[in-house]
Amino acid sequence: MRTAPLTRSSTGQRRRIWSYWRFYLALSPFYVLFAVFGLYPMLSTIVLAFQRWDGLSARRFTGLDNFAFLVKDPTFWQSLENTVVLFLMSTVPTLVLALLLAVMLQSAVRFTNVYRIAYFIPNVTSLVAMAIFFSSIFSTNFGLVNAALRSLGIPQQDWLGQPWGIKIAISTMIVWQWVGYNTLIYLAGLQAIPKDQYEAAKVDGAGAVRTFFSITLPQLRPVVLFTVVMSTIGGLQTFTEPQVMVGNSGGTGQSGMTVVLFFYRAAFLDNDYGYAAAIALSIFALVLLFTAINWRIFRGRSEDR
Amino acid sequence: MTRYRLRGLALHAALVLALLVFMFPFAWTIIMASNTTADIYRFPPKFTFGGHFGDNVRHVLENVAFFPSMANTATVAISTTLLVLFFDSLAAFTFAKFRFPGRNALFVILLATMLLPAQLAAVPQFQTMAILGWVGSLKALIIPGAANAFGIFWMRQYFQNSIHDELIEAATLDGCGFFGTYWHVALPSARPALAFLGIFTFVGSWNDYMWPLIVLTNPDHVTLQVALSTLNRSHGVDYSMVMTGALMAMIPLVIVFAIFARQFIKGATEGAVRG
Repeated sequence: MRTAPLTRSSTGQRRRIWSYWRFYLALSPFYVLFAVFGLYPMLSTIVLAFQRWDGLSARRFTGLDNFAFLVKDPTFWQSLENTVVLFLMSTVPTLVLALLLAVMLQSAVRFTNVYRIAYFIPNVTSLVAMAIFFSSIFSTNFGLVNAALRSLGIPQQDWLGQPWGIKIAISTMIVWQWVGYNTLIYLAGLQAIPKDQYEAAKVDGAGAVRTFFSITLPQLRPVVLFTVVMSTIGGLQTFTEPQVMVGNSGGTGQSGMTVVLFFYRAAFLDNDYGYAAAIALSIFALVLLFTAINWRIFRGRSEDR
Repeated sequence: MTRYRLRGLALHAALVLALLVFMFPFAWTIIMASNTTADIYRFPPKFTFGGHFGDNVRHVLENVAFFPSMANTATVAISTTLLVLFFDSLAAFTFAKFRFPGRNALFVILLATMLLPAQLAAVPQFQTMAILGWVGSLKALIIPGAANAFGIFWMRQYFQNSIHDELIEAATLDGCGFFGTYWHVALPSARPALAFLGIFTFVGSWNDYMWPLIVLTNPDHVTLQVALSTLNRSHGVDYSMVMTGALMAMIPLVIVFAIFARQFIKGATEGAVRG
């Protein structure tokens, strides 16, 4: 007895699409949900960006008004600058520290599992709870940071009351939350580098530093690209940290106002939906732009070799 | 020999230091949560555990609907996780093992959706929820997230590598249909992948903040993260209580993670290196 495999048509002829219904049914949940809660809203966002709407009265087409207003809105530019500065202030230390820790962790033989689990825990901890914790650490009156400064004889700072203090507090939290995750990603990347390359370097008499720059780092490049792309997508969408630490206003000098917080305010506090849609589109453009820059930098290097 | 010993010691000293930095917020949160606010405001600060944890917990429960909010969060996280595991694995199995018209196009669409930031849909999505009458309801959190592209992509890779075609043909010979093969052959063999996707989804859902903040408009019916944020905003001066709330909100997740840590870390790091 011969049974037709599920993957091929039994008659050898093109079967009617209907005979594949089981497969389409199996795939349908994702595509139906995406159509209703993803694609349709995204297309509406594009239309909405050219309209004025407060959610109650009728929608009105206003052409490019929202965008014209956006480029003249100082808060928008401020939020763009804040987002990029926060992204750099958090991502650069995160990735450098993670790489350092990963190299050290690779040469450690004992307790590696304890380290790995402990390093990862910050990444699965509630953002809101941790934002509350970090705002207490940087608090003027009883924060640990100021207590440390005072005991060293340095005047205490009003961390969450001044623009740079806010940025330092927020990026400290992001670094704390993401170093461990990236360490483990790098560690997995390091362990995938073939051992014989290191042997060869040893035979050639290369020292630890040279080996790191001529073998480890180039081999790790795809993994580094992955971490940079992930950090970019996450970093440009920072919302919870500033919203919980300095509130919807963005804090003193709106220093904690990120683009996503700006979007949230326009949409759900001011009910200025058309304007919010224009902001959402510019966030999307920003993510695409930065992803393209990342690719350019890393691709360009690999073609030089 | 001693030089190697010394290097090993320095190495572990640095690694332990990093470990202490990562663990410090938890320890300090427990210290703050077990003392009074007056103790926290002192200089130099009190570095020891106090005996006021019980009082602080009581204050939290008096000021915010903590356990109802936690029940809401648990409902959302558990339902989302179960739905995601079912829908994602079924779709992934189909993509991994069968051919049908439009398969490649559908898969490309799936990958493309992963690039779209959530804000792009947020405003009209709120209107959709209003039309459906779901504003303020937990359905608004569960249903849109019941299947996702990342999970399908991730499970598909697993099915491709771990299930041989002969196994499926054998199941077919035994009279298993498509759904039977999925249920009796594919699912049981995908346990490690399901474990990772399950914890990943659970953690993400448990910690989600922006969408619940937007769509749960009734302040008495919110998730844990939103309740915690409200507690912080309205009772910010009573720090020992707020930190107790934060601690209570973190504990369940840390326990879940501790149980599944190894599988989770393996899954979370594998994809990056392979891709």
